[in-house]
Amino acid sequence: MSEILIRNGRVIDPQSGLDEITSLLVRDGLIAEVGTSTQNAESVIDASNRIVAPGLVDTHVQLREPGFEEDETIESGSAAALAGGFTSIACLPNTNPPIDTPAGVEFVRQKAARACQANVHVLGCISKNREGEELAEIGTLVESGAVAFSDAPAPLASTDLMRRALQYCLMFDKPIFSHAEVPELSQEGIMHEGVTSLVLGLSGMPADAEDVMTSRDLRLAESTGGRLHLMNVSSRDSVEQVKRAKGRAARVTAGICAAHFSLTDQSLRSFDSNYKVNPPLRDQQHLESCIAGLVDGTIDVIASGHAPRATEKKMRELDLAPYGMIQLETTLSLVIMNLITPGHLDWPAALAKLTSNPASVLGIPKGTLAVGADADIVIIDPHAEWTLSADDLVSRSKNTPLDGSTMLGRAETVLVGGEVRFGAQL
Amino acid sequence: MNTVAADTEPLAPPPIPSWWNRRHLLDTESLSAEEITVILDTAEQFKQITEQGRQKLSILSGQVVANMFFEDSTRTRTSFGLAANRLGADLVQFASASSSLSKGETLIDTAKTIEAMNVDVMVVRHRTPGTPHLLSENVDCALINAGDGPHEHPTQGLLDLLTIRQQRGSLEGLTVALVGDINHSRTARSNIWALKKLGAHVIVCGPSTLVSPHWESLGVEVSYDFDEIVPRCDVLNLLRIQFERQYTRPFPSVREYALLYAMNKERMKRARPDILIMAPGPINRGVEITPDVADGPHSVILHQVSNGIAVRMAVLWLIAGSPAAGQQANQESE
Repeated sequence: MSEILIRNGRVIDPQSGLDEITSLLVRDGLIAEVGTSTQNAESVIDASNRIVAPGLVDTHVQLREPGFEEDETIESGSAAALAGGFTSIACLPNTNPPIDTPAGVEFVRQKAARACQANVHVLGCISKNREGEELAEIGTLVESGAVAFSDAPAPLASTDLMRRALQYCLMFDKPIFSHAEVPELSQEGIMHEGVTSLVLGLSGMPADAEDVMTSRDLRLAESTGGRLHLMNVSSRDSVEQVKRAKGRAARVTAGICAAHFSLTDQSLRSFDSNYKVNPPLRDQQHLESCIAGLVDGTIDVIASGHAPRATEKKMRELDLAPYGMIQLETTLSLVIMNLITPGHLDWPAALAKLTSNPASVLGIPKGTLAVGADADIVIIDPHAEWTLSADDLVSRSKNTPLDGSTMLGRAETVLVGGEVRFGAQL
Repeated sequence: MNTVAADTEPLAPPPIPSWWNRRHLLDTESLSAEEITVILDTAEQFKQITEQGRQKLSILSGQVVANMFFEDSTRTRTSFGLAANRLGADLVQFASASSSLSKGETLIDTAKTIEAMNVDVMVVRHRTPGTPHLLSENVDCALINAGDGPHEHPTQGLLDLLTIRQQRGSLEGLTVALVGDINHSRTARSNIWALKKLGAHVIVCGPSTLVSPHWESLGVEVSYDFDEIVPRCDVLNLLRIQFERQYTRPFPSVREYALLYAMNKERMKRARPDILIMAPGPINRGVEITPDVADGPHSVILHQVSNGIAVRMAVLWLIAGSPAAGQQANQESE
């Protein structure tokens, strides 16, 4: 019988509403007691001045394996997740081959088990070969363990296919993850269309490209009764639309990537391709609307949107550089710096969007400190100041524009299934 | 003026102000009014030297200028080449089609390879905004942007200003309209920032699909009614419609564009008597400008071309001939 006592931390469990300085006992990989009076155990972690929370859950990351191992592997990505405080991540199927068969799901699960880092869940393809034409064998993918379906980061251009996918997934009660974008409007643009894109002469992706598709997807979710998760909301109108749809009790959830409440299109003035992401970094007004959406609960989930790309791919002309930014190891700090410190969200509210809410969207029994649950736990030092060095990051790719920035707060110790897999060695 | 005597004496190059510290010319947006004025004054002096019959100087002898054009260009490439020659610099012509770029080499590697041939100044044209910035961060030599997609074409903006200043003495208080595809025009951007800094009022005019209302927030007047603005303008700069840059046709036909925005005889009648007609070229005759106007008495289009060489000589001299550039070179050789 192995026991770990995490002592005197500020224990926050958004699901139960617990927020107090207390101790927590882990036994045989499970949460055994919360608020325990036990003073000693086989192993003890002192969490004074630390926050003890359920391990963070990320609804969508790109792990790039198989096919793009120069960017990331299942092992390096799931290790980067742990370094960022995430104990469960769901990976997108934009691999080569795309994850559209049970063999693909099984490959990821086995690789992840062997890597023995964060738990990895699989988002299966909506369409065969991720081509956006006909449905993948969603039923068999569910059977092999896929938790949700998406063709992201590509949008699902076909309205007919989106409608069918929402209808078909009703049978399995699985959500469709939508990257809302009308391709003809965004035209593979480089940045948000607005004053800054006008000054820089960079091709713009208008907010309309997102809003028109958000509108379509919300409409279809309501008419079919299907579950829709808008995975990366970034515009004012999309936030408004989700809010109204939730008011009508549609089965809709919304997520935002860390970049979209942290950075604006002004960053592109540096012409640094690390700021080229999709959806694009929008202007200050859109960013403020997104923060308002986080505050009022319209946006349920904060995701990293981790999109690793090898340096040789990113260090190109802006039109040739792929979209994407690595974020697994910076998301927690960005939440602390841009949402908690300015007072937009308190710790329990922010953690809900990083733990229980994403777990509920994915339908996995994670993101909780309930007695009997898997002991996936993160111990956060909320006051740690550190300088980000891209070279020191665990992720195989280094495509972050935050290299050299001062960050606040970080995951110090991370337990998965009661085992310390990152930080303090016991 | 005895040109024979001038040829035999070493000629004093135009002075470079002691505060000049610019290593690259990437845009006009970041130039100060003082810097713009220095470039225009220096260009004026080079123009006088050239007009005195002295075609070639040797003030940049021993320096190497690389023309790196990753996109088609005839006049800008030739103009930079001539400017470098007249200053006595050695010129390397780099053509992207015949280079290793077609063998899959990345742009940065190509630039580093060229730089390793002891290049002092790179003149870069590329289809993508920001590429000169990207290269300037990856090479040590000086860099001049000769047009990066729709972003900027600073020497074009500066030569347009020089042309106006020669005709009017000053930019202050003039109304200058840029007409055409403003959203996709690097010439428009380089003109706008420089004109505003020297006190001109700028109007951008063209079809609403090619002239964003956001220009207003940048301190520029937006108009979709060419006939309304013609009588108010001191200068009309008629930009080329860049058919190759647009994904979807932003107006129904060339005929309709010409009807709404071409500068023609009828519109000239309503223009000010001293109006200046400019076009950065190459011009589409009959689209943005009719031949009688392009070749008429108000046209300064050919002045623009000759001013282009003077402005490029000025920019090359200020960047490669400044003490700051010399110090850098010395430090590198030590």
